This record gives sequence, C-alpha cells and structure tokens, in this order.
Amino acid sequence: MKLKSVLLGAVAATALAPAAFAERGSDGHVNIIYWQAPSILNPYLSSGTKDIEASSLVIEPLGRYDPDGALVPYLAAEIPTVENGGVSEDLTSITWKLKDGLKWSDGSAMTSADVKFTADYCMHPEGGCAQLAKFEGVSSIDVIDDLTVKVSFSEPKPNPYGPFMGGQSPILQKAQFENCMGAKAPECTDANFNPIGTGPFAVTDFRPNDVISMEANPNYRDPAKPAFATLTFKGGGDATAAGRAVLETGEFDYAWNLQLAPDVIANMEKGGKGKTVAAFGSLVERIEMNMTDPSPSLPEGERATAKHPHPALSDLAVRKALSMAIDRDLLVEVGYGKAGRATCNLVPAPAIYASGNTDCMTQDIEGAKAMLDEAGWKVGSGGIREKDGVKLSFLFQTSTNAVRQDFQALIKQWWSEIGVETELRNISASVFFGGDPGSPDTFQRFYADMEMYANNFDGTDPESYLAQHTCEKAPKPESQWQGENINRFCDPEYDKLVAEMGKTGVLSERGALGKKLNEMLTKESYVVVPLVDRGRVSAHSNTLGGVDLNTWDSELWNAADWYRIK
Amino acid sequence: MTDDKRFVPDEGLAPASSALPGAAGPLQETGPPPRNKWLDVWDQFKHHKGALYGGILFFAIVLVVFLGPLVWPYDATYIDIRARNQGPSLSHPLGTDQLGRDTLARMMAGGQTSVSVGITAMLLALFLGSLVGVVAGYFKRLDGILMRLTDLFLALPLLPLLLVMVLLFRDSLNAAFGPETGIFILIVGAIGVTSWMPTARIVRGDVLALKEREFVLAARSIGTRNSMMILRHILPNVLSPIMVSATLGIANAIITESALSFLGLGFPPDFPTWGRLLFDATDYLQQYPERVFWPGLAISLTVLSVNYLGDGLRDALDPRIRGR
Amino acid sequence: MLTFTIRRLVLAVPTLLFISLVIFLLLELAPGDPMAQVPLTVPPEVKEKMREALGLGQPMHIRFLKWIVQFFWIEPQILIDNIFGTGFADGKLRVMSWQTRSPVMDIVVQRIPQTLWVVGTAYMVGVLIALPIGIYSAYRQYSIFDQAGTFVSMIGFSVPPFFSGVLVIVIFSVNLGWFPSIYDTTHKVVDWDSFVIQLRQMVMPVMVLALQITAQISRFMRASMLDNLNQDYVRTARAKGLSEYIVVMVHVLRNSMIPVVTVIALGVPAIFGGAIITEQVFKVNGIGQLLIGAIQANDLPMVQTLTFIFALLIVVFNIIADVLYGILDPRIRYD
Repeated sequence: MKLKSVLLGAVAATALAPAAFAERGSDGHVNIIYWQAPSILNPYLSSGTKDIEASSLVIEPLGRYDPDGALVPYLAAEIPTVENGGVSEDLTSITWKLKDGLKWSDGSAMTSADVKFTADYCMHPEGGCAQLAKFEGVSSIDVIDDLTVKVSFSEPKPNPYGPFMGGQSPILQKAQFENCMGAKAPECTDANFNPIGTGPFAVTDFRPNDVISMEANPNYRDPAKPAFATLTFKGGGDATAAGRAVLETGEFDYAWNLQLAPDVIANMEKGGKGKTVAAFGSLVERIEMNMTDPSPSLPEGERATAKHPHPALSDLAVRKALSMAIDRDLLVEVGYGKAGRATCNLVPAPAIYASGNTDCMTQDIEGAKAMLDEAGWKVGSGGIREKDGVKLSFLFQTSTNAVRQDFQALIKQWWSEIGVETELRNISASVFFGGDPGSPDTFQRFYADMEMYANNFDGTDPESYLAQHTCEKAPKPESQWQGENINRFCDPEYDKLVAEMGKTGVLSERGALGKKLNEMLTKESYVVVPLVDRGRVSAHSNTLGGVDLNTWDSELWNAADWYRIK
Repeated sequence: MTDDKRFVPDEGLAPASSALPGAAGPLQETGPPPRNKWLDVWDQFKHHKGALYGGILFFAIVLVVFLGPLVWPYDATYIDIRARNQGPSLSHPLGTDQLGRDTLARMMAGGQTSVSVGITAMLLALFLGSLVGVVAGYFKRLDGILMRLTDLFLALPLLPLLLVMVLLFRDSLNAAFGPETGIFILIVGAIGVTSWMPTARIVRGDVLALKEREFVLAARSIGTRNSMMILRHILPNVLSPIMVSATLGIANAIITESALSFLGLGFPPDFPTWGRLLFDATDYLQQYPERVFWPGLAISLTVLSVNYLGDGLRDALDPRIRGR
Repeated sequence: MLTFTIRRLVLAVPTLLFISLVIFLLLELAPGDPMAQVPLTVPPEVKEKMREALGLGQPMHIRFLKWIVQFFWIEPQILIDNIFGTGFADGKLRVMSWQTRSPVMDIVVQRIPQTLWVVGTAYMVGVLIALPIGIYSAYRQYSIFDQAGTFVSMIGFSVPPFFSGVLVIVIFSVNLGWFPSIYDTTHKVVDWDSFVIQLRQMVMPVMVLALQITAQISRFMRASMLDNLNQDYVRTARAKGLSEYIVVMVHVLRNSMIPVVTVIALGVPAIFGGAIITEQVFKVNGIGQLLIGAIQANDLPMVQTLTFIFALLIVVFNIIADVLYGILDPRIRYD
C-alpha cells in the first residue's frame, strides 16, 4: 500500500507516465470549485477565464502550453515547426497533422474537417467571435486529407500558433455546430451548453452560472483515463469560501485562483485538508501614469487627450521619483505572499523576453526627494511639492479589490513622505474595466492621474502586448475611448521598433526587441511602473493527485491525469 | 368599539401654542392649572428608563467618535507597517490591522462617518416615507399616484440606480460643495431616496385605518383643517411604526454605506467606516476575531440606543401611558 | 371590494408598462458594458464585434420594443407550448441572456426551486417565530423576555449577512463539521435520507435569513400591539368579561395587523427576488445570485427581465395588502 502511494507520488511528480495500473473511472467522483461561475461552455462566444477553463475539460485544442510555456501536442500528432517542416520557411503557413483514431465523445470520428469548421465558425463576420484575434491574418484553411489541415496567412507570421493552440481556441464538432454559424450562434443553446468534445469529460448537466455535472468521456483517446468517473464543477461565491471548502472543510477537491491575503491563506492551510500551489505567468500588477491632463477644468473632448500633456507627470523626474518611493517587496509581502514577486518589468516571462532590469527593487525615499529637488519641485505649503504653481497632488484610482485598496493606502503614505499628495478612488470592476464610452470611470478614459490594475498576454509571445503602446492606440473621444495605450505614451522610436518586431522571425532577435521595448516603457520612461509579478494560487485537497498548475493555458489542462490518492 | 374622542386634547404633536384646542376640552381637568404639554412629554421622557439609558449610550458614542480623535495620538490612516496585525496592547488598545493602522483610531474615524451618514440618511428616509405615506393615506386623490410611485421605486434595481445617481450628480455636487461634503450629500441622498418606500407603505396602511376612526371624524366635524388634522391627530398615532422604521433604517443606512464604498460610489477607500471595517475583517474572522467584534458591537450599540430612544419618545408622546 | 380589486388589477397594466420603461431607461443610462468581464487581452475591435452580435448596435427604442414583444408575446406562447405541447412559438426569438446566450426564462425557471426552498422556508420560519415574539413582547412590555427579544432583534438587523453567514460557516462547517458550507443545487429530494441531506444544507442559510426577518417583523408586531393594547376597546372587552386570550388574540391582534401585513406583503416579492448576499455566501445560486451576477456582467436582458418579474410581484402583493386592509378593518373604504 505504502509502495503504491510512493509510486503514485512519483507519477504525479513527472505527470507524464501513463497510469498503467489505473483504470478509467476507478477513482469515483471529483469536486471542483470556481468562485466565478461558468455561463457557457463555448469559448468562442465568451472569453471569460471561467468559461474557457470549464470548457477545457470537454473540448481540446490541437496543442496546449505546459506549465513552462512550452508547446505540447494534444489532438495534433506533433507541434509543427520550421525544423520539422510543419511551418513553411517563409512563415506564411502551418500544417497540422492530427493523431490517428481520435473520436468525439458521441463516438463519431474527429477529422480535419472539424478543424476547418472551427475556423469558419469563428471567422464568420456576424458571429461576434470572442477569439477572433487568434485567427488574425489567416487567409485560408485547407483540408489536405482526413488528418491534415493547412493554415495559410496573408503575410509572414513569426508566431503561427494563434489558431487551434491553447484553451481559447479548441476544436468544435462540425456536426453539432453546423447550423449555428454567424448570427445563429447564440440560438444554439444546447450546443453551447453541452458541446461534444474530445476531452477527458463530457457534460451531463449544465446549469448556467451555477454548476456543471460531467462524466468521464467513454471515447477518450487514452483508455486508462480519466481516473474519475464523474465530476462536479461548482461556481459562485467568493475566493474565501472556495478556499475554505478545499482547505478547511474538505468538501471540494480543487479551488481556482485564491486571490486572498497571504495570512488568510496561511491560516486556511492550517485546516490540514489540502494545500496550495502557485505558479507564475505574465500577469503584472502595475501603475500606469497618465501622460495627458485629466483635469476636470478642461472641456469635455479635450480632457485626458494628447492636446494637453500632463502638467506634472510629463516630467520624467516626477515619474521616476514616484517609482523610487515604492517598496515592492513589502507590497508583495502584504498582498500576495508566495503568489507574487516584485518586478520592474512589464514582461516578466518567458525568459527570452524578460529583461534583467532590477533597478527599481530597492525603495529609495531620500533619492526620490533629491531627484524632485533637483528637478525644481520644491516643498511648498502643507509639505506638498510644487513648481510654477503646479502642485504634486494626484488622483490615484483602481478597481475595488481588498488587496488593491491596501496597496493604494501604502503607496499613498510613501508618496506623502516625498511630498506628494494623493487622493484615492476605487471603482467597481464592472464599470472600471467596462468600455462604456458614457462612463467617466473606465480605465480607458483615465480621468485620473494614475491608475493601478493588472494585465497579461495570451500564450507566450508578447508582441501584440507590447504593440499596445503605439501612438495611434491611445484612447480618445473620436475612437469612443477605445484603445489599449492606456497612458497615451507616444514615442515614434517605440512605434518603429514595434513594426520591426512584427517582421522578425528569429527568436533571439525577437527576444532582444522585446526586452528593448519593455525597457523603453519601464526603466527609461517610467510611464508604466510595474509593481508585482502576480502568480496564481490555487488549492487542491490532500487526496487529489496529478495537479500541475499551469498559468499559460487552462488550469485544468491535465485533468485527465488527475487521480485520487488513496 | 374604540372610544378615542375623550383623548382628542392630548392626541398629538401639537405646537405648544395651541395646547388647548377649541373643541372638546379636557373633561375632568380640575386639579392644578394646565401645564405646557411639552413639559409633560419631557417629564415622561426623562423618567423613561429605556430612553435614559438609550440617550446616555447614544450620547457617549457620539462623544467618543467625535471628540476621541482629538486626544488620541494615532491617525486613522497612518500606516505603521512594522506594527501590523498586533493584538490589544497599551499603545493600541484594540490592536492594529493588516497594514498596522490603529484600530481604535479607525473605529473612531469610522464612527464619525457611520453615525452621521446613518442618522442623516435615516431621517431623510423617514421624512420622505412619512410624508408620502401620510399624504397618500389621507388624501384619496393622491393615493393612487403616490402608491404607484412607491411601487416603481420598490421595483427599481438598486445597484444601477445608485450608479446612475453617482454618474449624474457626483461631479456637480463635488463642484458645489467640495469633495467631502459633496460625497456625503450624495451618499445620504442615495440611501435616503432608495429606502423610504417600506415606511411609506406602512404609514399609509395605518393612516387609512386611522382616518375612519371616530376621533378623526369628530375633529373633522368641528372643522379642523387638514394640516392640523395630520399634525395633531394622524402623525402621533402612526409614530410607533415610524420609530421601528427609524431603528431599522439606521442599521440599514450604515450597512448600505459600506456597500456603496465597494462599488466605488462612497468615500475614498482609505476612509474607514464601521460597515467597511466589518466587511474587511470578515476574511480575518478566524485569526483575529476581535476585528469583527468591535465594528459589529459599535453598529449594534448605536442601533440599540436609537431603538430605546425611539421607545421612550413613543411612550412619552402617548397620553394614555403618560403619567403611569 | 371586488370592484376595487378589479379596478386595481386593470390599472396595474399601464403601471407595469411604465415601470418596465423606467427600468429599461435606467439600465441604459447606468454606466457599464457587457464586455467588462472580457479579459484585457482581447483587442477592442473584437469587443466591438461582440457588442454588435449582442444587438447593441440597434437604437434604444427598437431594443425596448423587441423586449416588450419577446416578454409579453413570445414567452407566454412558450409557456403554453410547454404545458400543452403545442408549437406556437417555434422559431421565434426569445429574451436571450448576454452572458449565457440562452433564454432568460429557462434559467429563471431553473433557479426558482432553490430560492423557494431556502428563502421561502426562511421567510415562513421568520414570520412564524416573529409573530408570537412580537405579541408576547408587547403583552409583557419591559419584561425580561421583551428586553431579551429587543436585544436579539437589534443584533439581528445590525449584523449584516455577509458577516453572520461567514460566522455560522466557521462555527458549524469548519469547527463542528455539522453542515456543508456549500449548497448543492443538483441535490434531489426523493426519499427520507435525501430529505435529511436537504435539511442539513438548508439549515445555515435559513438561520441567517430568518434571524433578519424575525428581527424586523417582530419589532413591527410589538409596536403595533403596544398601540392597541392601551386602547379603550380593550378595556371594554375585558370589562365585558371576555377571556384574556380572546381579548389579546382576537381583538387586539386583528387591529394590530395592518402594519404587519404591509411588511409581510413587502417581503414576499423579496422571496422570489432571492437574498443576494446570503445566496452568495452559501452558494445557493438562486434568483438573487442570478440578478447580482447579471448586474455585474451588465447582462441587460437578464436584469431587465428579472427586475420586471420582481416589479410584477411587488405590484400584485401590494394590491393583496390593500385588499387585506379592508378585510382587517372594514371601515377602510377605497371608493
């Protein structure tokens, strides 16, 4: 008995040996809790993480990212590369070969026609596909034979792994979704709630925004998997309750994304029913500095636009001093614990894109004061610095979230020590992150001097992420305040390097360009002040084996390998 | 059958100047000369044990939260990160929070906001509710329209309504009154406007029954004007449900205020209030139970003291009990 | 009374139409965007396409008319189809949720059982406890029982469910392990054992909700009884030689019920509206959780439909309350 559990542990550690002594469905039932409840199981109609991760148990892409960000074939026989001939030399096409003998959970054969259908489904102009960006630049999809499909791009694509790669872009069954194209997509409720897939589980009951019941897929490609016969996927509540259900009461086996203060998690772990796991991706909590003037005295339409540069934050010395006054290690300790690391980079990973920039790591209040003195910002009335009648008095906004409010309070105090006055504001996340052009409180509109939030990029390639900071992507009234260049940073040199990156295919050169762009935004200009490289903390019960937390793809990417530790 | 006619003289909340009504004077008043009615009410009120304790408690709470910060050395927003998560000690009698802010200072600062928002919003809701309720119950012609209005307000979803109010009024109020008063007016207004409806319905129900009672008919037959009728005969008789609404309303206002600040509609996030302290501490319930205890206790005591004050006031204004 | 009821019911139709318009305008005006929960990694052009697919490109009045037609014309047909197996509504577009892309009414129907089980039970328990407490507290004013009742009910509504819910979870689920902390909405009651399981998972949310409801209603009951206990008709009734029980439970109680009936009638729609915070804390996932989720996701068709159903219940129960006033006190006349 003892030996068996040691063996199982070893299997869990490597997570790739086939569980030769296991049998499909032999481990009974597993309970998963997500504190955001899935609304739909079709990731092409919703890009919410909860929906994508829940659907990843049922439908699969051709390949996924593993916890290190490397590509792993799922439905594909192997990952196509230039070396193995799968990607053409000129980077304009990629040819995928499927595994032999794949079956949908209803028993029918899965072929390359399904792959092509999936692309047609998403690229339909009236469908409102949430993953359209994955198919950007695709000119045609051709079925070569039953197992081979070729994706062609209209121009060279240095990163051809957009379509059919990762949890956002799984393969749908053509037979099921054939009549759901375009405008009809939302009418296919049954299909959207119960997609037929190739994954380890199949849906038996879907209750939107509540609970999903699943059973093992009888036609899953590995006859020994999954180990669990049935699965319950409960949604709703809050992170505290989810953590409690796994770590303290043991009612659930797996809880997703426990965004809680470190000492709360530590106390829950004392319950002894489970443990937490952490992994890092590309999510960075940062402060964005507004390069334009958000003053309410400006007329609507000119406020927070490039017409009026920010009176104080346009000065590099001010931005740098504000960054120097922050003790990032302390922020991590207070807010994230083992789920965070201090960072000075906008792109913290993967390694080839991550700059070695660490110059912001140590807090330097005196240095910040000296820098402001030197730049002419003298301490005035009430201890607040000013220059030419402009006071260093800022409005600092973020979304409502306990950790963010603690950060705001801490940062406000540090800034007050260097003679900067801060007014804090928090805004409900559904308004802040919504793009409602009529609301003055969205993060794009940025009617504040600085704001704090977190962002990351899909997959492992930061090109489009860095391209967000080009001049023309600044939100402005003419574009209904849509745009990704939140701080309205504008540097022709930067735009030129972004264009260059779009044409470069050699990985090492791309890495160098990525690092340069990252540094232009951070340590050279301080328009983006990164604070914390935020990992993901999830929890699993002591009896659930095989969990391998993955932040580059769905957390449930290897649910087929999960088993019960007996 | 009730026989209220005899009590007409003492029935209500009449202005002191008109203590002796024209009709149906006191029938068996023979003893000492008539006293000012408000003195009677005050006598009864101050001898009411509940009112006395309630009053002392309420006064003490107000005193501590408004004068306490003047003598207490710590600032509610000052962060001493080395002293975080401390238990009670001499320098921090109630301990410190997760950022090392002094809990006592935060309780006092939070109390200022919570007590003033709670009382003001409650009064506003009571005023609106009683006004609509009495007018709707008394004047048949206005009943339909006012009650449909009440239905409408009851049906409107609270969160979008608050979001719209903030969107429409935040900037103009801030410009007119400055940020702090502006937000205060906005919050009190938002809570008041969204919580008067139950009071209105309850008051109207009582008024409908009251106005068919004999003493009202009697008063009308001698030509009492409507305004006088409402002030002297109707209002005092619906005082008890209003007092209960007041107690419920203050608890409701304090909690709603904290809900508003989570939406980003309330005071700035570093501004403590009791509701917010209670919510923030809920996550730490197991490690630091005292953190939920203090704000919970403070809210309960405030509500309790208002309740007893209300009881005392009601009893004092009820001539049938007075003097017992 | 009958004509009054009929007149009110007829009048309710324009009232409700007006309310639905106000709700619609309010939701339109409120800041928010159905794309708020879409990750920031999705580019703005794609978001714009998704908004168009939801029908957000159409002008406001068209969307309102569409909703009116779908809700008042197509949904009743669906109901008839479901009952009689007919096919009136085949192929017609129903009110669709933006989050789930499925008919709103289907989800509402799915959610009603758990809301009725939990919130309905809590309301009944709350009212059944509150009335005797209120009556006895008033009858023995300032007795120990009354003082204790006052104290408990003050705490009952001073302590919000976001705290009391977590407190009972920590005590009864974490430390004692008696009850599950997460409600299983898929649980079916088929026999005694499954009924016991259902009871166990209902105990905590019902407890938390009933505390609040009891606190509120017992205070109104007490206040209203106190008003009446000192009236002369009570003295007369006693003088007539009626038993104390008859005096209090028949004469006084009947005259004291008007505010209590109002409060109860105001509370019944709330049963269907669910209890937003309690449902969240215990993961009951009923109507309340559906509404708050829809508001956060700016799922306007869902919010509009739920709020309207809620409005309907409010109007109906307020009519019922008005009719009950007339029965309780025959002197009240409406015409």
